[in-house]
Amino acid sequence: MTADLAIDVRGLVKRFGDKTAVDGVDIQMPRGAVWGFLGPNGSGKTTTIRMICGLLKPTEGEGSCLGYDIAREAGRIKKQTGYMTQRFSFWSDMTIRENLEFVARLYQLDPVGRIVDATLESLGLTQRQRQLAGALSGGWKQRLALAAVTMHNPKLLLLDEPTAGVDPQARRDFWDEIHRLSTEGMTVLVSTHYMDEAERCDRIVYLANGKKVVEGRVPAIIERSNLVTFKGEGEGVRQLAGRLKGKPGVEHVAYFGSALHVSGTDRDKIEQSVLAARSDDVEWREVRASLEDAFIALMAGAGADTRVHA
Amino acid sequence: MTGARASLSRIWAVFMKELVQMRRDRLTFGMMFGIPIVQLILFGFAINTDPRNLPTAVHLEEQTPIVRTILSGLEVSGYYDIVMETPDPRETADLLARGEVAFVVSIPAGFTERLIRGDRPQILIEADASDPAAASNAIARAEAIISSALRLDLRGPLENLAARRQPFEVVVHAKYNPEGITQYNIVPGLLGVILTMTLVMITGMAMTREVERGTMENLLAMPARPLEVMAGKIAPYVLIGGIQTVVILTAARFLFDVPFVGALWMLLLGVAVFVLANLALGFTFSTIAQSQMQAMQLTFFFFLPSLLLSGFMFPFRGMPGWAQAIGETLPLTHFLRIVRGVMLKGADFTQLLTSLLAMSTFTLVVIGIVMARYRRTLD
Ligand SMILES: Nc1ncnc2c1ncn2[C@@H]1O[C@H](COP(=O)(O)OP(=O)(O)O)[C@@H](O)[C@H]1O
Ligand SMILES: [Mg+2]
Repeated sequence: MTADLAIDVRGLVKRFGDKTAVDGVDIQMPRGAVWGFLGPNGSGKTTTIRMICGLLKPTEGEGSCLGYDIAREAGRIKKQTGYMTQRFSFWSDMTIRENLEFVARLYQLDPVGRIVDATLESLGLTQRQRQLAGALSGGWKQRLALAAVTMHNPKLLLLDEPTAGVDPQARRDFWDEIHRLSTEGMTVLVSTHYMDEAERCDRIVYLANGKKVVEGRVPAIIERSNLVTFKGEGEGVRQLAGRLKGKPGVEHVAYFGSALHVSGTDRDKIEQSVLAARSDDVEWREVRASLEDAFIALMAGAGADTRVHA
Repeated sequence: MTGARASLSRIWAVFMKELVQMRRDRLTFGMMFGIPIVQLILFGFAINTDPRNLPTAVHLEEQTPIVRTILSGLEVSGYYDIVMETPDPRETADLLARGEVAFVVSIPAGFTERLIRGDRPQILIEADASDPAAASNAIARAEAIISSALRLDLRGPLENLAARRQPFEVVVHAKYNPEGITQYNIVPGLLGVILTMTLVMITGMAMTREVERGTMENLLAMPARPLEVMAGKIAPYVLIGGIQTVVILTAARFLFDVPFVGALWMLLLGVAVFVLANLALGFTFSTIAQSQMQAMQLTFFFFLPSLLLSGFMFPFRGMPGWAQAIGETLPLTHFLRIVRGVMLKGADFTQLLTSLLAMSTFTLVVIGIVMARYRRTLD
């Protein structure tokens, strides 16, 4: 257990009945970093985060968060952690200001009024502070939630899919804010399933079926996947996916917008399969595999998407 | 680090939050005041009719001017309608049993003489109390009616009698309903019933609402301890309970003329313990229930036996042993004893101690359960 690790957990397992949601996850995350926590729905991201901040008791495994034991010292962890839940979980029947005041009082911030004023000001919500939180749009809800969980200057921020369902501009703003907080010294763990967001993280951890599949920097992960990817564009591309699936060397086929990505680890075989499927209205070229290609490959390797809940 | 102050400020935070939400929730807020008022009016007025001209038989063992004054006083009051005179004392029981009369007033031989001697002779009123509401006003007023009638006769040499405390004694035998549940019993009893119903139900939903709306996870992720959350959430409802008490007591006094012979502080002490017992129970329900609907069902599961076995509906001593045993565990049973004891009988503190202890024990046990059950975690 090292003091400069914000999160240090080993062998975390969480079972619900006979379902294993998290299956032996290790995370050693240094202070000050921004880490991305990726994985398909149902892969155990939320459950892992809940165990880290003491909201769920691990079935097996142990660890510490900010130097406190996650099983026994949840109270201390809560004081120094800001946890933004996946679903908006502030009180919709209270105004923006009332929500912030409640949080400020619970953390015993002093003086409540001034701190809330400042928070509202920096959010740009001073004018709307008397609106019910439930009436805010998705993007504003996220900003309110982020402001609320950072008001007490936590050492660690746990953000569970903070940008799900938020428009692109708001997402960019949100990430700027995350990086600003990180430069102020907060350690940030963000779960997400947007690939472009993963690239903004210092390091990512990828979960599938409750297991850690891969961990590292984005370019390294792509490189380690050893993928060869061909990208097809043009009129006829819509019909091609079905024909290419299962051909020699083709490990997976996926559309990215209007383009088709065909990837595999065996260059010769995949090249031949693509050539065989060639047609006049589709233009093929080899591209650098994206993180998403790498993940699709990883997921295919780790088994099916086990999404069960929303 | 002053732990107690930190704790208080977190309780305060939860308290303020609950107040804000309570104010926003118009329906629940309305219910908290609507229920007492509607129930009071329904139960109170429906049951508390003030029937007059109740058929009365008299059994007179002497005929004197004083006796005639008493009889005419009873008639003039409007409550007693003397329909027959029976010479046979054994017939009185029959008359009541058959329901031919609601009262039998008996004046014994030598009444007048002993009255003048200052011996405080007795007048016996046997009442059919099976419909207690019907009989109660007439009974309660009997003494006042008779003494004001006599005031005209007790003059001159007898004046010193009138000045005395009460020159006679009215003995009431309420038949068929030994506890004599009267409208006086019902309105104070309603205080207990209304507090049980609203407080258990509303606190029962306090936690389940957080779970249902997904805000529980947020609450748990912040540094409030279970006892603090509970205290903060319960405190606003203590206020509500207090307001309901004031409303009901005021109505009891001015709308229903219920007497209040005991000490107010004893009643308030009883109310305080009782309110806590109900809130703790409601809070327990809210940690058990998965949804607000279930919390509601649990409330009724508790409310019905309370209503039936506490002595509110049926005379407690008339119930079989097992039912009494269940009744003894219910806070409402003990609260009814306190309320009736204080308001109607002027009971002193030692007489209420058992009931207070019983309610306190209940409260402590329930708080113990809720502390053990309250989830610090989501699983
Ligand atoms: N409280 C729970 N009870 C039962 N199963 C659960 C519970 N919470 C999560 N799960 C299951 O555990 C798995 C992992 O869920 P979760 O951690 O929410 O995944 P993610 O956040 O990556 O989408 C899912 O299959 C989910 O259905
Ligand atoms: Mg999740």
